[in-house]
Amino acid sequence: MMLRFDPIRLPPECETLRREVRAFLAEEIAAGTFDPHRPGHGDSHNREFSRRVGARGWIGMTWPKRYGGHERSHLERYVVTEEFRVANAPVRLHFVADRQSGPILLKYAPEHIKLDILPRICRGELCFVIGMSEPGSGSDLFAAKTKATKVDGGWRINGTKTWTSNAHIADYMLGLFRTSPPTKENRRHGLTQFLVDMKSPGITVNPIIQMTGQHDFNEVVFEDVFVPDDHVLGEVDGAWKQATSELAYERSGPERFLETFYVLVELIRALGTDPDRRSAEGLGRLVAQLHTLRRMSVSVAGMLQAGKEPVVEGSIVKDLGTLWEQKLPHRVREIAAFLAPEAANRTSLEEQLAFAITVAPKLTIQGGTTEILRGIIARGLGLR
Amino acid sequence: MARESDHIVAETAARIFADLADPQTVNRAKDGTWRTPLWRALAEAGLALAWVPESLGGAGASMADGFEIVRTAGRYAVPVPLAETLAAGWLLTQAGIEAPAGAMSVAPASPEDRIGVGPDGTLNGRARRVPFAQEAGHFAVLAEGAQPLIALVHAGQCRLDEGRNLAGEPADAVSFDQVKPLKSAPAPARVDTTALMLMGSVIRAMQTAGALETVLSLSVAYANERVAFERPIGKFQAVQQNLARLAGETAAALAVAASAADTIAEAQAFDEAVRLESASAKIRCAEAATEGAAIAHQVFGAIGFTREHVLHRFTLRMLAWRDDFGNESWWAAELGRHIARRGADDFWPLVASR
Ligand SMILES: Cc1cc2nc3c(=O)[nH]c(=O)nc-3n(C[C@H](O)[C@H](O)[C@H](O)COP(=O)(O)OP(=O)(O)OC[C@H]3O[C@@H](n4cnc5c(N)ncnc54)[C@H](O)[C@@H]3O)c2cc1C
Repeated sequence: MMLRFDPIRLPPECETLRREVRAFLAEEIAAGTFDPHRPGHGDSHNREFSRRVGARGWIGMTWPKRYGGHERSHLERYVVTEEFRVANAPVRLHFVADRQSGPILLKYAPEHIKLDILPRICRGELCFVIGMSEPGSGSDLFAAKTKATKVDGGWRINGTKTWTSNAHIADYMLGLFRTSPPTKENRRHGLTQFLVDMKSPGITVNPIIQMTGQHDFNEVVFEDVFVPDDHVLGEVDGAWKQATSELAYERSGPERFLETFYVLVELIRALGTDPDRRSAEGLGRLVAQLHTLRRMSVSVAGMLQAGKEPVVEGSIVKDLGTLWEQKLPHRVREIAAFLAPEAANRTSLEEQLAFAITVAPKLTIQGGTTEILRGIIARGLGLR
Repeated sequence: MARESDHIVAETAARIFADLADPQTVNRAKDGTWRTPLWRALAEAGLALAWVPESLGGAGASMADGFEIVRTAGRYAVPVPLAETLAAGWLLTQAGIEAPAGAMSVAPASPEDRIGVGPDGTLNGRARRVPFAQEAGHFAVLAEGAQPLIALVHAGQCRLDEGRNLAGEPADAVSFDQVKPLKSAPAPARVDTTALMLMGSVIRAMQTAGALETVLSLSVAYANERVAFERPIGKFQAVQQNLARLAGETAAALAVAASAADTIAEAQAFDEAVRLESASAKIRCAEAATEGAAIAHQVFGAIGFTREHVLHRFTLRMLAWRDDFGNESWWAAELGRHIARRGADDFWPLVASR
């Protein structure tokens, strides 16, 4: 296969938008909504903040106006995403709905549900979660066991999902449930995607504390949870056919390499305007690597905007990007090793490093591990 | 942005390389008889002087077209001074000097070398690692002084200390001792030694990206064909994961090199955007060359370690290109200092401006 990464440039309307987003974020920071220099402190979600973001028209940006969207380009959405990410803004409440769940609903939900739910996502009112992983099913999604049994007017769900980010603040889940056993010919057969109201009776959310000490993900237990027929998304037993272009969005966005970006900014602050040559060289390499990742990621966004499905290119961005953001705090730590003890921002650098280093392991696991991504790339190369 | 014409020029170049400089054939050749017809075809197609306008004796192609020629040359590991002649033609054009026929190279080719111009207009100094100097008829020289000059110099006027790069290609030290140029003209303000290094760096980045493209496709093809333990080695997950990494390095090189080339093509001057993009391209492509060469050799096993096999034509060249026009460590230190001078708060705005 031929890999393609055309030098896409963001069009001028993106720069106008970028100024608006920066001004908005500056106001929010000034008002004390969040502290951009202390990631990991304070809440990473904020209902009022998400509503204000929605009011600015920055959720569901690319969706049809009919559903509350704004019919803007994927490149404009790209700008909003990267500016929010770099500022460490508390977008957790609406981010999954905006990136993943909304596009899936747009494609597979019945019209009355789209008209009901999508505008509320756009207003920043709804938190969506992804219910795929189970205790016995992680990378191997098709081993999922949580069962949906056909009953009158709908389905009854029993089983346990795990690692479900934000389930404790969620309004809806897009869940993957077993509606039939796999067949001999196709082990991926038999799973169906559902929209689940998290307020339904029979759902219990149990917190799981992460090694950072934070509570982000959860166990979600289903006991005879009723889901109506019109909440089936797409083909019954055919969920495996449905994951296509959304995956490229999910994998190639700026959040796939900017998650620990703050330590790089803090390093530059600590080094001052005249760093020694060793530090300068270390910094320069990181800058070149970051610039490269961003240019790759923008290029994929451009391909998506043009209606292509750059599955392999998207997976490459996530593979390189997550490994980079994972290694970044360790590289920064090495470069900062000989800093003068009295460097002005030394304390905040150390505090940020401690947080970033603790967070780092998850970056190459969530949303598909390094090994799984490389399997997808290898398939694209014609090796599988 | 890719334009239609990129494809036409690049396809012409690819056709000539495939016909007259097939890496396999060149690798097996006992002598250099393939050289003359190749160079003649390149000259006739206007590829060697692509960046020189027709009024100055060239083909007047766009910057984008020229960079595509360079990437294509990388894909074929073309063993003649095509990229160097292109660069020399570009430099001469900056001062409106007509380009001669035949192979050229540029001096200096390392950011720490300086050629000076004396009050009498003669050139003095030493340029190391000048690629293909011993095969060049002329040098395009950027000389510094009270009035920086761009000069066309007859190669016979200089003293050469011959050397070779990793791939065995000429990389010679060129000494200028009161050399009188054939022609010279003031260098425009925007073209200084740094600008020449940036231009050379992006040329090397594009060649590296092209070479990596071929290394990737050779490696994938070999993995599908070579059998061990009764299966093609490409069926082993460890091999697949290595090749996926190679694809990642190739992708990174392609993306950053194309982005830098596009930036130079669109820029009016060697401004901050060009510096960030070009330095990044040189750094990241050199890193990709290091990683990519290692992975490819691992996939090929012993056969790839032989002179007879074509792999080294690509891997050794891309490893050698790391050292031309400033190696990745030198550029990283430059870029790091620049970013530090701008300060932490200006960092993201700079990255986001590209
Ligand atoms: C912070 C965080 C948030 C998450 N949020 C969510 C969420 O909101 N919703 C959700 O559904 N899930 C979520 N997950 C789960 C995530 O999707 C899974 O962790 C991931 O898919 C890997 O599954 P696993 O943890 O079971 O590991 P396993 O699949 O057991 O893998 C363990 C190791 O084996 C390797 N491995 C597995 N199979 C192969 C193979 N075929 N070839 C080579 N190596 C292999 C893996 O790469 C990994 O290194 C989250 C995870 C994290 C860390």
